[in-house]
Amino acid sequence: MSDATAATAAGPSGRDGAAVHTVDQESHVLQVADMVVDYRGHPPVRAVDGVSVTIGAGEVVALVGESGCGKSSLARAVIGIERRTSGTVRLGVADVPTTGLRRRLPAMTAIQMVFQDPNSSLNPRRRVGDQVRDGVRAAVARGDAPSDPADWLQRVGLDPAATQRYPHEFSGGQKQRIAIARALAARPKMLVADEPISALDASTQTSVAALMRSLVVDAGAGMLFISHDLSVVRRIADRTLVMYRGRIVESGHTETIWRDPRHPYTRSLLAAIPLPDGAGRLPAAPLESDRATWTQTDPTALDRAPADTRSHT
Amino acid sequence: MTRPLQEDADRSGPALTIRNLRISLDGAPGPRPLLAGVNLAVDRGQIHGLAGESGSGKTLTALAVLGLLPPTMHAAGSIVLSGSASGEDDVELLGATTATLSRIRGQRVAMVFQDPSTSLHPQLTVGRQLTDHVRHHLGLDKRGARARATGLLDRVRVPDPESALRKYPHQFSGGQRQRIAIAVALACDPDVLLADEPTTALDVTVQAGVLQLLRELVDDLGLSVLLVTHDLGVMSAVADVVTVMRDGHVIESAPRAQLFSTPGNDYTRSLLAALPGSSFEEDPADLAAELVAEQEPALTQAVPSDADHVTASTIPAGADRPGSRQEPLTDV
Repeated sequence: MSDATAATAAGPSGRDGAAVHTVDQESHVLQVADMVVDYRGHPPVRAVDGVSVTIGAGEVVALVGESGCGKSSLARAVIGIERRTSGTVRLGVADVPTTGLRRRLPAMTAIQMVFQDPNSSLNPRRRVGDQVRDGVRAAVARGDAPSDPADWLQRVGLDPAATQRYPHEFSGGQKQRIAIARALAARPKMLVADEPISALDASTQTSVAALMRSLVVDAGAGMLFISHDLSVVRRIADRTLVMYRGRIVESGHTETIWRDPRHPYTRSLLAAIPLPDGAGRLPAAPLESDRATWTQTDPTALDRAPADTRSHT
Repeated sequence: MTRPLQEDADRSGPALTIRNLRISLDGAPGPRPLLAGVNLAVDRGQIHGLAGESGSGKTLTALAVLGLLPPTMHAAGSIVLSGSASGEDDVELLGATTATLSRIRGQRVAMVFQDPSTSLHPQLTVGRQLTDHVRHHLGLDKRGARARATGLLDRVRVPDPESALRKYPHQFSGGQRQRIAIAVALACDPDVLLADEPTTALDVTVQAGVLQLLRELVDDLGLSVLLVTHDLGVMSAVADVVTVMRDGHVIESAPRAQLFSTPGNDYTRSLLAALPGSSFEEDPADLAAELVAEQEPALTQAVPSDADHVTASTIPAGADRPGSRQEPLTDV
């Protein structure tokens, strides 16, 4: 178990905006600097507007925001499917090129993706084992030792005999776990997951997200976990980035943001979550005047440190 | 407005009673029916939540009320729509004739679906979609229907209703579209509203507004709502009574506060355990470990539930778990 997995003891909410929480410079696996993504059109749309993120080994960083905020554009630009207007992405020391839909360089398979809908990310006509073996092959091509697809399926809680079956024989949650097994079989240094749990039943969302975290952290990889569901993110991410209209409006230690949101947008997001406490409380709907404040920048809401000193297990 | 949105109906007793509803696929030799004897009653002026995972039969139950099941499905049992104060009779909806059903649909029972971009017609103006059935069902003339439509849009808080009537659905945001879909459903002043995952496709900040609207409509108009959703957070916010379904059975039905504080069933408890902020919240690492420990085999039959982790463990943690620390995740 890596030290990075130990989340901080949650003390009373702190007011420590001065302290800046940064990832150990040597251990970071992914470095995104000043990323801008534009879509042509009339008028053109700036989907990502100057975002910088650094993710360390064994670190889970969540990117949250509402539909249209640019979080998927950011993910796609990170892995090189989307053209970047400007900005750089580095995996370790190597630049990640924009490849669009062309085959990626073997070295770039160290970034793996899990997409929202396993029905479209898995090939319906190929056996599960063969698809997981694709991941193994990518790892071998980078010089890793070969591994058995059945082992990977077992790690995500599926019967090893599943290798012989086809995706349609599994439920939605199981299919997503197959997609996760395939991504992990490539022994990624970085996993980018774009809404990996939102197509799943509420009862399995947390378990699948937690499973992803534990497998990624065990493998010493980093994970960018994109979700609109803050309540799940809270439970699995070390750090959280809150995105609004292409910009990161609040970022830092997950528990700090959750307990003491500073940016008005983060506050509205958290206040709108209906709590399953049976109290019959209607969540707060943001007013138009609230929305006007969401675009404002607040430097103290960025890079927020843990409320307490970091403790290790 | 020619008619108030709702006569003050007598506020006691059920508006909709479903008894022993069974649904099976015609000719299927399958081992189990899709619904196996569902009983529930939606009381007047209440939001009755129907919860469950995908494949539990909650949507089928709602569709059966309006006779919208596919022709390959066979329903048995009873679904009674109670008469309201305006002198309508009780109606048995199951097996009702097409003529009866078309009189009921829209006028006494209306439905709101998950995705307003598919439930609204993309090529018709909002005004047209709000007035066509009003003119048909209520016999209003063009001007009267238009006035009513403006009132409805105002009621669901779509800004600038007059000009909204001339616009097309794609010109509105997702939340506004769902408000319009609700206005369409309310247009003929139904007693019962069936809402199938009405906020699932919406962002959380937009969802909050739609939930407030729903609660307000129920409180102001005395509407009775059958709210189908898998989201127990939504249930906790607006439902008065919650019924939990699984694999075509009703597992549990209880008033909201009771269901969330003392669920009477292990399955309900396991649903709550997966939810952050509920009183049965479990550590995510434990949930992941359980998921892996199950070693589920591939499905041998079409049972789409993959969350068979019925756990009896109760963690009496406060909703916010103050002072707790996230446990490191265990090796798998």
